[in-house]
Amino acid sequence: MLQVKNICGGYGTTPILKDISFQVEKGTFLGILGPNGCGKSTLLKIISGVLKPSLGKILIDDKELATYSNRELAKTMTVLPQLHGAAFSSTVRETVSIGRYPHQKGFFSQWSEEDEYAVNQAMVQTGVKRYENAYLENLSGGERQRVFIAQALAQSSQLILLDEPTNHLDIAHQQQILDMIRKEVTDNGLTVVSVLHDINLAALYCDELLLMEKGQVRAFGKPHEVLLENQIADVYGAQISLQAHPEQPKPQITILPEIHEPLKDGKITLNHIQIQEEYVELRSQFPLRVLSSAVHNAGLGWYENFINRTVKPEYNIENVQEEYTQYLYKAGFSPTNTVGMMTAVEARKAIIKQYETPFGEVYVIVTAGIGGAIDVSKTYEREFPIRIGTINIWVIMNAKLSDEAFVQAMITATEAKTKALQHERVMDYQTNTIATGTPTDSLLIAATQTGDYMQYGGPITPVGKIVGRGVFEATTEAIRNYQKGE
Amino acid sequence: MNKTIIIAYISSMVALLVSIWLGVSIGSVDVPFSTLWDDTNESLYNILWTIRMPRVLLAGLVGASLAIAGAAFQGLLKNPLADPYTLGVSSGASVGAVATIFFSISIPFISTFTLPILGMIGALLTMVIVLTFARLIDRSMKMETLILTGVIFSSFLGSCISLMIALTGDQLREIMGWLLGSVSMRGWPYVKMIVPFVVIGSILLWLYRRELNAMMYGDERAMSLGVNVKRSKYAILIGGSMLTGAAVAVSGTIGFVGLVVPHMTRMLWGADHRHLLLLSFLNGASLLIICDLVSRTIIAPIEIPIGVITAFIGAPVFSYIFYKQRRK
Repeated sequence: MLQVKNICGGYGTTPILKDISFQVEKGTFLGILGPNGCGKSTLLKIISGVLKPSLGKILIDDKELATYSNRELAKTMTVLPQLHGAAFSSTVRETVSIGRYPHQKGFFSQWSEEDEYAVNQAMVQTGVKRYENAYLENLSGGERQRVFIAQALAQSSQLILLDEPTNHLDIAHQQQILDMIRKEVTDNGLTVVSVLHDINLAALYCDELLLMEKGQVRAFGKPHEVLLENQIADVYGAQISLQAHPEQPKPQITILPEIHEPLKDGKITLNHIQIQEEYVELRSQFPLRVLSSAVHNAGLGWYENFINRTVKPEYNIENVQEEYTQYLYKAGFSPTNTVGMMTAVEARKAIIKQYETPFGEVYVIVTAGIGGAIDVSKTYEREFPIRIGTINIWVIMNAKLSDEAFVQAMITATEAKTKALQHERVMDYQTNTIATGTPTDSLLIAATQTGDYMQYGGPITPVGKIVGRGVFEATTEAIRNYQKGE
Repeated sequence: MNKTIIIAYISSMVALLVSIWLGVSIGSVDVPFSTLWDDTNESLYNILWTIRMPRVLLAGLVGASLAIAGAAFQGLLKNPLADPYTLGVSSGASVGAVATIFFSISIPFISTFTLPILGMIGALLTMVIVLTFARLIDRSMKMETLILTGVIFSSFLGSCISLMIALTGDQLREIMGWLLGSVSMRGWPYVKMIVPFVVIGSILLWLYRRELNAMMYGDERAMSLGVNVKRSKYAILIGGSMLTGAAVAVSGTIGFVGLVVPHMTRMLWGADHRHLLLLSFLNGASLLIICDLVSRTIIAPIEIPIGVITAFIGAPVFSYIFYKQRRK
């Protein structure tokens, strides 16, 4: 649809763009990214024909840009610069109707049925039909932007060039505008080239991204090929971190502020860990990075408080989330800042162990109920229900762990727990084999993220060594504690 | 075409016809409208056809020219405060006319028409110089460039006029009278002189009605819609200057019509130039005919300069509409 070949150019004699080449297939949405002043707008102006390139050429539908007449070009390509309104008050319908200009032939041509249809269709697609008689200046920024997009659609061309269509809009309008454009691309095969400011929105909505740096193409490809942590950090000169979008297979970036709350004093000591009547608690006063399979706030996150709460065996599990939130409120914990586990074992039977390591203290806290112990390799042949009993393990480290260290620490801890069950000869009462755990075990790995950086957490790493030993020792003791009480 | 627009055209036409009727009938002698075709009373017939009618038509043509030029300039410059005088063309015409009086120039063969013809030449020269200069500064002729260039030339030419006024003795009254504008005692030759400019200028502007609409969204968007922006700008500037220059040359600088009429028309019937241009043309004609009628009857037999009346009527009407509009 669009081919840009070796474009150089800019304003006056100083070239801004240096040898830009790329192409866009029909039915794709290309996002142009880059820091301020990298030449994005200049590129858009050259593609739209407002500026002439000093070198190189642009082909639209395999035909050179310069050979198009004004109207012919307008029927093939629509350019929507950043518009804020018209000079004089016009209604939505009037504004959208302007889009039909290139389709009106000669000085006296009349408004045709086709014109009317295209205008109505564009208004329906963008959802502005219901206020077609409203005046533009009475609309919100987001609504106005929809009207301009309707005007662009009414032009009925196959290629649309947009300049930051979501600039200055709130997130709801950003979403609506981009959903709308995406729909035209996916459903009607429209080709869209858009300068975008927001890298995350570009990653979410575009099929391909063009990353520009100082007038040159730095990268071109699918979002996951272009949005590389080092590349973005380098081009923009900003500290960023890359993550997966929670629901879409698209990369997203997060800014890492250079100035932030100091984590320096973040050191966990025994004083932070208390055994209360109904629960074991850790209140840190500063957030820890946590990976857990807890009942409340499981997964990866940052939390200040952890509790391991004792509930009655007959606890009704059905609306556990709501009940747990209520419980946290009553007990004086902020539900959004607390990871919560549950056990039938009394809190006073918890084992707390402290380890000195070269990188900092490590605490392991375990409650073990093994009434429901099972052999994981045989569960496929057993029936439910099963007995109550849960082993809850916390490992709290004064260290800085990488993401893989967190996952490896979880594996290491699980292996150590299994070993402890084996050591204590805890049996699966049904299969009569050595149990590997219970069906409801929870595990929590937390780190202060200050101090020494630990990249790995496997069994023979410093982290793994202490996790393995600590979890094994604490779990063994907790099992003995539990058996004593029975 | 929808209902509102049809109503707009009908009411503007009716207003114009009523204005013409009032304009030819009322005066020092009341002339019944039937005199138009009924020549039984020869003196009334003569008053109507040799004095009243050309005067009313001249007022109408001048008003129409200023209004349609104002509408086009406001649209082109995307500035509601622009008027036909923004580009300095009227100052050029004024310099030509004032110089004619000041130096008592009288060109052989055209004698009495020396003033309007030199006025038109002044307007034409100013237009060419302003456009060339604006183009020299910035090839794409941005709106700001045009407005600023216009301001520069207007003030320069304005000083030339002030200088002539300062140095003149006997002709002061004549110069001031011309500057304040008048359509009296011009007769048919002046009507015939302005007609071709009104026709050509108005048609030229009207041909660019859709381009004016597209250019409301900025030059870049207009270009992308397929508008030949540069050509449209030239055409509109030339058309508008032609109308303004001709109007000023025959009647002096009559203020407010070119600013207020497009404004009122836009507020009443919308900003769509497909209709705005023609409606402004009709309403401008009506307004100036009525203003001229007031100027010669209100304290008859003294005639008040028409520019004073346009301002007296224009300013309050404009303020009222502006107030109503903003309160909505």
